[in-house]
Amino acid sequence: MAGLLLSQSEKLFIVHGVQDDYRSDGRSNLDYRPMELETDLVDTATGSARLRLANTDLLVAVKTEIDVPSPDKPDLGKIEFNVDCSANATPQFEGRGGDQLAVGIANLMQAAYQSSQAFNLKQLCIFEGKQCWKLFVDILILECGGNLCDAVSLAVKAALFNTRIPCVKAILMDGGDVDLQLSDDPFDNKLLDVGTAPLLVTLCKIGDKCVVDPSAEEESCSVVSLIVGITGTPSCYSDQENLAEVGGKFSTIDMNGPGSVAPKTLKDAINQGIVAAKLLDKALAKALINERKENIRTKKSSYGFLK
Amino acid sequence: MTSHVKIRLASERVNHSVTTNNDLPRFYTPGEVVTGMEDFMRGHGTYAVDDSLKAAVAGVMQKVNKLICIRPRKNRYVGEIGDVIVGRVLEVQQRRWKVDTNSRLDSVLQLSAVNLPGGELRRRSAEDEQMMRKHLQEGDLISAEVQSVFSDGSLSLHTRSLKYGKLGQGILIKVFPSYIKRRKNHFHHLPCGISVIIGNNGYIWITPAGQTNVVEGDDDEMAAVELQTVSRSDRDTMARVRNCIMALAASKMMLDDTSIMFAYEESLKYDDVKDLLDPEAMLDVAFLTQHRINYVVEE
Repeated sequence: MAGLLLSQSEKLFIVHGVQDDYRSDGRSNLDYRPMELETDLVDTATGSARLRLANTDLLVAVKTEIDVPSPDKPDLGKIEFNVDCSANATPQFEGRGGDQLAVGIANLMQAAYQSSQAFNLKQLCIFEGKQCWKLFVDILILECGGNLCDAVSLAVKAALFNTRIPCVKAILMDGGDVDLQLSDDPFDNKLLDVGTAPLLVTLCKIGDKCVVDPSAEEESCSVVSLIVGITGTPSCYSDQENLAEVGGKFSTIDMNGPGSVAPKTLKDAINQGIVAAKLLDKALAKALINERKENIRTKKSSYGFLK
Repeated sequence: MTSHVKIRLASERVNHSVTTNNDLPRFYTPGEVVTGMEDFMRGHGTYAVDDSLKAAVAGVMQKVNKLICIRPRKNRYVGEIGDVIVGRVLEVQQRRWKVDTNSRLDSVLQLSAVNLPGGELRRRSAEDEQMMRKHLQEGDLISAEVQSVFSDGSLSLHTRSLKYGKLGQGILIKVFPSYIKRRKNHFHHLPCGISVIIGNNGYIWITPAGQTNVVEGDDDEMAAVELQTVSRSDRDTMARVRNCIMALAASKMMLDDTSIMFAYEESLKYDDVKDLLDPEAMLDVAFLTQHRINYVVEE
């Protein structure tokens, strides 16, 4: 990511700390920093979320549009990711500076959501072969404090959880054209099933150990980082007890940095990623369900960036 | 080996303010009328419109006789001669280093303002110029003192004392310079076995006590000190001190050796250092520290 300048001895200190399983802020190699989440803060979007992980700040908005499904997948909807790096985050993002990073993250998210076991696009289908919903997921990076990918995936999942798609009342066929009648009632809508939506876990290889949730300083110490996409656990998101334990499947992988990894490290990293993703998913589900319950009870007041 | 993940909701956000028994100072917002012009002088952070003096920044008023200044809460470092700073070398240039000191413009450290190995009174040769990168490299952290301020506000530094120079292993924390309390001494050896350099520019350096900044000595000795591993107990204390400073900064408290030490002692009730990353724990530590400071002041 952003080229942070560190002195040799600072790097040495961080590397020794990782070796010792004790990082500079007291976390072990597997600990995440506390995060803060809020959903439903953009009125003009169908779903939105804001996530703050230490100094990493993200805003995600989901917008819906009606589209024609692609001929080879007539019963599937579409989802598209778009990342925007604000120059507020670092001056390096000014102009086209953040484009490469943005495209990288967008492609990674696209790849993670590609599999039908990761995200069921069938639920976005309106009329097979003719009409489907297209979700535009806009991710705005407002501040960079390390561990961007994990934060993006968490915020996207939260925003999708918050997305409400209007119900279709009637479909009229007029010759070849399809005419949709959407419900006028804003409360007549359906939620998306996001239980299996994937989360990304970045495993930063520092020395010969892998750490999760690296800070910006730690990121600049590592030569290679692995990003694994792991599908979510739907049982966390519903009250039904009898749901089979699915999820925790590995959907995508990406590597950053000039270094290389041995096959064994790769395997270990993937396993470590699966464990971390499960915990992340559980925590996320708990927070989202709590927030939903709270909003039913009392009218939601938006917190946003102020206060 | 279990990992910890905590996601809290925005509705559970912790308000970090620690209420003190002495009332809060009046806070001015930009554009707010501070006073009528009459016989006041316009100081930093203010501007004059018609017959009134307005605040240009968000902060508190400071009045020296007739001079009115507004001191902002968030700002870049404005250097003063004699300040102790911690900075990072950004560039090696002709006969000088460019140093990031959290001020508006990068500061300079002249080659003639450092102690080179081999005594103070030594002519700087062309060879020294070529060896500059050996002495201080891009990315290196240094502690230094402000020697002079140029007319554009950029600083000239010097390290001509044994206590200044390149820093070894440790943790750097960045806070706003307005949180740093000006003291006679900014180098502290805390009783918990940790050394802290509280730079006036808001950069704070935490390092194990044994490892003072690496100054002269032959190169091998220097390298050996730099490569030593920091012991686990030192690491633990350093992380605790770091988290305590972060807690104090989050609650907008002034930082000096007393407040850091108080916060450290109060934080000892949390066994696990990483618990101090929680906003509730941070507030708790800051609150207890403020309490003790008030108590000491009253005594």
